[in-house]
Amino acid sequence: MRWMWIDRIIELVPREKIVTVKTVSMSEEHLHDHFAARGDRPAMPIMPASLIIEGMAQSGGVLVGHASGFREKVVLAKVSKAELDVDVQPGQTLRYTTLIRQIDTAGAATAGTVEVLDPARPGEARKIGEVDLMFSHIDNNMAGTEFPAENFVFSDAFRTLLRMSGVQ
Amino acid sequence: MTRDDIFSKVQTVLVDALAVDEDEVKMDSVLTADLGAESIDFLDIVFKLEQAFGVKIGQGELFPENVAQDPKYVQNGKVTAEGLAALKSKMPHVNFTAFEADPQLAKVGSLFTVETLVDFMEAKLARS
Repeated sequence: MRWMWIDRIIELVPREKIVTVKTVSMSEEHLHDHFAARGDRPAMPIMPASLIIEGMAQSGGVLVGHASGFREKVVLAKVSKAELDVDVQPGQTLRYTTLIRQIDTAGAATAGTVEVLDPARPGEARKIGEVDLMFSHIDNNMAGTEFPAENFVFSDAFRTLLRMSGVQ
Repeated sequence: MTRDDIFSKVQTVLVDALAVDEDEVKMDSVLTADLGAESIDFLDIVFKLEQAFGVKIGQGELFPENVAQDPKYVQNGKVTAEGLAALKSKMPHVNFTAFEADPQLAKVGSLFTVETLVDFMEAKLARS
């Protein structure tokens, strides 16, 4: 399994905003464990909240990385807020909207909204939560820790996502 | 804005950024040791202070920047005399007396107390 939790970038306004989507599929292995059937109830496949946060982190990471032409290694450093009120099921699509609140050479703060789109309810987007994050440009860390020169954050998979989404 | 007003706003920022209780945030609380601040929290605190006070805090103005990465300033995990001079010059709001005795880079975080932030904001607001 590839560690990609967004399928497509719908909109990117440089240094300001990104909108991405991820469709949840029953073919994803983890849904069969989250949660498997047990004696007192049937299986309940729902998207883990931690992976919804990861989806928001990947969205925000692309937005923050794009701001520096992907020269900085952008890593998730802090989950400032994560509130998710509704379970997301296979067949539904998550839509992440991430705004940059503040950005400088050390990192960035983002504010994000999570919505669910359901093909059974066309045209309706339901807000299900908010996820605010902090990103670090890790080469500029206060501790002086050194990292490899290669930008390991934005891998081939991310470059493919950008290209397929038409992002320059 | 009085010093008490500044303390109150700094307190709110720290409660939000570090998920601590208001009564834990005292003037002499050390951001790292007493309030659990980690490196990314310093950036979060700068961002939140900017919002709370409506000011722009320059890179390296409140917390040190580009010191750790410069071999002139840090050798074998210790801040050199040149590095210490650079820190003092960049950060007049910080009391370096205790740090100078054992200037380990890992202890830079311990330089920052709640009072440091209040002093910094008081001086900054007076200039603006």
